[in-house]
Amino acid sequence: MTVARFWRHLPQRYNMVGTKCEKCGRHFFPPRSFCPDCRRAGKIVEHKFAGQGTVVTFTVIHTAAEQYSMLTPYVLAIVKLDEGPQITTQIVMDPAKAKIGMKVKSVFRRIATDGESGIIHYGTKFVPVE
Amino acid sequence: MRDVAVIGIGCTKFGEKWESSFRDIFVEAGTLALEDAQLSGEKIDAMYVGNMSAGRFIGQEHIGALIADYAGMATRHIASTRVEAACASGGLAFRQAVIAVASGMEDIVVAAGVEKMTDVGSDESTDTLTGAADREWEGFMGATFPGLYAMIAQDYMHKYHMTREQLAQVAVKNHYNGARNPIAQFQSEITLDTVLKSTMVAEPLRLFDCSPVTDGAAAVIVAPLDRAREFTDTPIKVLATAQASDSIALHDRRDISTLDATVAAGQRAFKMAHLSHKDINMVEVHDCFSIAEICAIEDLGFCRKGEAGKFTADGETALGGKIPVNTSGGLKACGHPVGATGIKQVYEIVQQLRGEASKRQVENAKIGMTHNVGGTGATVAVHILGRV
Amino acid sequence: MVGIITYGAYIPRYRIKVEEITKVWGANASDITGGLGVFEKSVPDLDEDAATIAVEAARNALKRRNVDPEKIGAVYVGSESHPYAVKPTACTVGEAIGATPHMTAADYEFACKAGTAAIQTCMGLVKSNMIPYGLAIGSDVSQGAPGDALEYTAAAGGAAYVIGNDDPIATINHTCSFTTDTPDFWRREGQDYPRHGGRFTGDPGYFKHVKGASMLLFEQIHKAAKDYDYAVFHQPNAKFPQKVAKDLGFTSEQIKPGLVVPWLGNTYSGASPIGLAATLDIAKPGDTIFVCSFGSGAGSDAFDITVTDAITSDDFHRDAAPSVMQLLKDPIYLDYARYAKHKGKIVMQS
Repeated sequence: MTVARFWRHLPQRYNMVGTKCEKCGRHFFPPRSFCPDCRRAGKIVEHKFAGQGTVVTFTVIHTAAEQYSMLTPYVLAIVKLDEGPQITTQIVMDPAKAKIGMKVKSVFRRIATDGESGIIHYGTKFVPVE
Repeated sequence: MRDVAVIGIGCTKFGEKWESSFRDIFVEAGTLALEDAQLSGEKIDAMYVGNMSAGRFIGQEHIGALIADYAGMATRHIASTRVEAACASGGLAFRQAVIAVASGMEDIVVAAGVEKMTDVGSDESTDTLTGAADREWEGFMGATFPGLYAMIAQDYMHKYHMTREQLAQVAVKNHYNGARNPIAQFQSEITLDTVLKSTMVAEPLRLFDCSPVTDGAAAVIVAPLDRAREFTDTPIKVLATAQASDSIALHDRRDISTLDATVAAGQRAFKMAHLSHKDINMVEVHDCFSIAEICAIEDLGFCRKGEAGKFTADGETALGGKIPVNTSGGLKACGHPVGATGIKQVYEIVQQLRGEASKRQVENAKIGMTHNVGGTGATVAVHILGRV
Repeated sequence: MVGIITYGAYIPRYRIKVEEITKVWGANASDITGGLGVFEKSVPDLDEDAATIAVEAARNALKRRNVDPEKIGAVYVGSESHPYAVKPTACTVGEAIGATPHMTAADYEFACKAGTAAIQTCMGLVKSNMIPYGLAIGSDVSQGAPGDALEYTAAAGGAAYVIGNDDPIATINHTCSFTTDTPDFWRREGQDYPRHGGRFTGDPGYFKHVKGASMLLFEQIHKAAKDYDYAVFHQPNAKFPQKVAKDLGFTSEQIKPGLVVPWLGNTYSGASPIGLAATLDIAKPGDTIFVCSFGSGAGSDAFDITVTDAITSDDFHRDAAPSVMQLLKDPIYLDYARYAKHKGKIVMQS
């Protein structure tokens, strides 16, 4: 991922900044500037997600893309954030203990690097709430 | 709106074709289709070609022009268009060709699909395929394509009671069919054990639950039904064409293990054809992974949600069963040259309807269906074809 | 009065025991544990580094007290394992806590005392009313050469301090430093592992500077070891801090809460900051704490700290973030092979 493309979404990657529609209360992550339900009648404002959620489904990746091959086997999950939106993320944990329905919270980790001399892509992963 | 018929078909053998280039395989499939229709190239009015990612696989864009050129049509200046919707590129190319003829805009149109995947290493091809998903919010977070379908499988198995063996049976059946299909990449039957003991890719999906990397091309020719008999004694009528879309990311779907776009496209197709499930004699579905076939037969309505595992294990989707699924061997055994698959599905159904499917022929084949999916279900194309 | 507004620490979950390392090099585990007083050390996860640790420590600090991140006017991160040679860890931390863009920032390097140097800098900016709050962090994923003595202790961890003068939980009444050009331990640019002068790191290194700064502070404010409830010293192993504490007149009881190296290892820039955090975790209003760090190269920073009533007030929630003891609990143990993978000691195909 090139530098501009990574940098443009730093508030989303580091701080889970999304949006919400004040009219209907629906939350969006990644941010949407237009509420699909209220459409032009909606009122979109910034919203920083709390980083708490529940695992909806998951898998354990054994064969990964090259960037992530050092991490295998790792848990990839769809997490439903408490505020409503669902996201795809890694859960840092013993894969054998992963369960649908478990509660998770966000942590700050390295996601990937652009090789040995390129930039480091930091971002958000999740860990089980103990 | 005119009725449309398929008047000619052609398909290369699918596999790792080290000696053939992208241009070679397209020309081969196109030539076979023209021979089958006993048509000379001058009669072609337009071309639609499905291709997911020649840009990344061979560094080549502008495929429509390239293909028209190498098919010997550059001097005739025909309209040639590349269509892309990841793994549904072929299905969409077919639909565009059908619409062009049905609308009266064009008469004889080629719908083709081609993908040359083995000119890059597996790291590059895996990463390219991840472009069918949401690169920013799925791929970048560490999701692989098998990983996304594995999450669909986990969700499915959490909600419904399907066993690992029932899921594996999908691959076993498709290999059985593939062994009877001369163009299939894999020509050997396998057992449940082969699937269950293969390398784990993303739990619960193992190597044998996953379709392979394949080179291949297919081409079909469509024409107005009322002219079809100029070219063939066995015209096959396009009874319905339907297409639907959904969110690109799996996490934005209404229900993880239901492809709503399949439900929508399937319903539209049945409505357009004035048909129901009991009228369909066989269906080619998009089994990029074994779980995809399970969801497909349910989402198309051939059995109830949660029952496809038992349905499959009971043999209902096998050659002699209630509704044979993937007589070609599916993506799993026939292979999955991404852009070509949607056209290959039409090729298979046409062969069945013409009675040309030899060892995998379905008895009394009158009406067939194709189901082609892009990504984890963001695009679906469904077609129904019937004997005239 | 300038002081600590809030603090937080972070220690990765993984550990490796000394005997796992001695097995590989044919050394005797009890010689090492006996000689160094260290039994195991922390290891970063595959996706952790000095920046992720610094962010987690800073976020833990901000969980304990309501500090408006936009009022943090400076971020300084001290480490000898900054992820970039050029591109400050402090910028990533600033972004991750919402302090950007109205702030100054820089990265510090001073071997194991870069974190306390950051605290001193923040004190200056706050005391001079240039900024309302400053964030000082010491964070490391320190590297020890395979087979070298340092491999038994070079660990991963960090702690963050928000410095301000608005109702601190602990006032920093005085600080002074003792710095010389001493080549006791170093790493040249581009080298993977540090080198050191063996026994030279003792008296001319650690002891000279820790004693120098400590005695300078005692002299400047007319105090002695007995005037303090607790003391925290830089802890490259358990023996050095125990010895210097004794030499300066401190008892083993005074240094006990802050001496975490036996189960953590030496977290370099994180060492004194984590030792102080462990002490603040159990401190009561009125407690006095003496801190003296040491960084090779070489220098020591000494601090005179008094815990205030604010530490037990409604504004400060110590339990809102994990204590150092909690961070040390439930570790996941690695063998040497997994440890080598985590620490990038395996040469991969480039």
